[in-house]
Amino acid sequence: MARAFEPQVATANHLLDGDVVYFTEHGDWTRHLTEAVVAETPDQAETLLGAASLFPQDVVGVYLANVQVIDGKPEPSHFREIFRTRGPSNYHHGKQAEA
Amino acid sequence: MYSYSNFDADFVRSRVEEFKGQVARRLDGSLTEDEFKPLRLMNGLYLQLHAYMLRVAIPYGTLNGAQMHQLAYIADTWDKGYGHFTTRQNIQFNWPKLQDVPAILDALADVSMHAIQTSGNCIRNVTADHFAGAAADEIEDPRPTAELIRQWSTDHPEFAYLPRKFKVAVTGAPHDRAVTKAHDIGLRMVRNDAGEPGYEVVIGGGLGRTPMVGKVVRDFLPRADLLAYLEAILQVYNLSGRRDNKYKARIKILVHETGLEELKAKIEAVFARNQTLLEPVDAGIVARIAADFAEPTWVRKPVVDLPTDVGFRAWFDTNTAAHKNPDYAIVTVSTKAIGATPGDVTSAQMRVLADLGEQYSHDELRISHEQNVILPHVHKSDLPAVYASLKAAGLGTSNIGLISDIIACPGMDYCALATARSIPVAQEISNAFEDLAVQHDIGELKIKISGCINACGHHHVGHIGILGLDKAGVESYQITLGGDGTETTTIGERAGPGFAYDEIVPAVERLVEAYLGLREDETETFLAAYRRVGMAPFKSALYPEVVANAA
Ligand code: SF4
Repeated sequence: MARAFEPQVATANHLLDGDVVYFTEHGDWTRHLTEAVVAETPDQAETLLGAASLFPQDVVGVYLANVQVIDGKPEPSHFREIFRTRGPSNYHHGKQAEA
Repeated sequence: MYSYSNFDADFVRSRVEEFKGQVARRLDGSLTEDEFKPLRLMNGLYLQLHAYMLRVAIPYGTLNGAQMHQLAYIADTWDKGYGHFTTRQNIQFNWPKLQDVPAILDALADVSMHAIQTSGNCIRNVTADHFAGAAADEIEDPRPTAELIRQWSTDHPEFAYLPRKFKVAVTGAPHDRAVTKAHDIGLRMVRNDAGEPGYEVVIGGGLGRTPMVGKVVRDFLPRADLLAYLEAILQVYNLSGRRDNKYKARIKILVHETGLEELKAKIEAVFARNQTLLEPVDAGIVARIAADFAEPTWVRKPVVDLPTDVGFRAWFDTNTAAHKNPDYAIVTVSTKAIGATPGDVTSAQMRVLADLGEQYSHDELRISHEQNVILPHVHKSDLPAVYASLKAAGLGTSNIGLISDIIACPGMDYCALATARSIPVAQEISNAFEDLAVQHDIGELKIKISGCINACGHHHVGHIGILGLDKAGVESYQITLGGDGTETTTIGERAGPGFAYDEIVPAVERLVEAYLGLREDETETFLAAYRRVGMAPFKSALYPEVVANAA
């Protein structure tokens, strides 16, 4: 049986400061996962990746990351992605400091 | 210490200028990331999990007060007020912005520092014993050799695209503090029966996915032949090292697959040819380098009685080592206060260290592969003042070589390659054993933690090694026991199945408990006890449920 498709978001790092960014439904980038557009099917995911890859001068290393949609908002599935939404665990730096 | 010639200084400046242009072209869109990435990596700039990271070379771990002050300035001006010292004797800044990096490199060049060859498949920063030029047991200062290798290897056109990165370490002492047997080439300075200086050459050591202890390829290499011989090793490796598989590209695999004897014959043949082709190293250059590492002029003053209070004594016992001048001591400054991030030093602490280095250590500081800072030449009479300053700066923890003196790589808190976190595991172990009296009772115990198989945290050679992995989407920690990174280098043995993030600290506590229960007396270290009794008792301490089920 094919594995059930998990919803995905497109993510990357910002060119200037390397901060984690997500692609939005408006076709731009946000620093907050909650504002990311979610692909619900493999076709949508492919389209999303295609659209997100058109910004080589703004972001670096675009890829699709699995999320769970909870109360209509995407939340990261894998611990690596959880850390990417927060920042390091040893200091209050990165996203968690800006929230 | 070594001072840059005009040639070095011009070379570094021109590289900064070049990179400035490359960054500008990346920012204005004329360079793509694919084009830019190799260029930034050549200048030590990585893109990590949350930000860029700049890795700055500290050749053979030696720096002076002005350089340490400049690192503090960089940390404050372009980063978040701290830096991270690594197991490769480098410093990493975790939060630089791309557009600021040329300015940072300029600031580094102002104090003869750079980030060249800290990445890529080239000969990396040459490391050395951090007690070089100071240790009582030293035959000779290894840094002139390390510097000669640095000059030879920097921008060496033939070795810019090796099959894989290449690491060289040098020690001048019989007690190996530089983990030389876990390097692509390890050099140990020795003397032959006639008393002439030379090197024992070890090749093919390395940690990572396939850990291997280096093998002696030459018992005695006369000093004058060093570069011709290294050139021969590199040439053979460059031609025969595998390029088809990144994981099989290090020289250790070549040694393993070809066999030491056959490889040795090849190296010797190329070496014989090199000797006829290559000009011998200019004696003037060697003399100039040696002069740069001349012994400081020791201060002659009486050694006063040292304080007898418990705090100072404990620090003196664990954090100082015998100096070749009996009036002096080598001070190891622990970056590992209880619960702190191993290797992290704030800009304020850097300034304290810089000042102490200038005032009390003949303007010399060192970074150890164990992520601590060394004041190599402190007159014993100055120890109380040094201790007081360190203590006031949060740098006075008396734990060198003890259970909280942990090596931890950045792991998944920073590193893009990580499969799990390592820093918080180190912090939690340190917190669990926060009582220094307990730590002293446990005695020498080296815990080393890596956040992935690349083993930057040297877990294979930890008495207790911890490797963080991603096991089906959950952080899982594998324990190895009995590793050793000294002259008796040993790769640790895997204890069994991994532990979850919240299970790893209790597992370490059980190991320590088991050790305390079975050691013969306080003089038997964890490693010695492990060597005596083997894995079994530790395994039952780690996996009590397995033992219970089997009963
Ligand atoms: S061991 Fe892995 S996680 Fe740790 S610094 Fe090296 S590459 Fe990164």
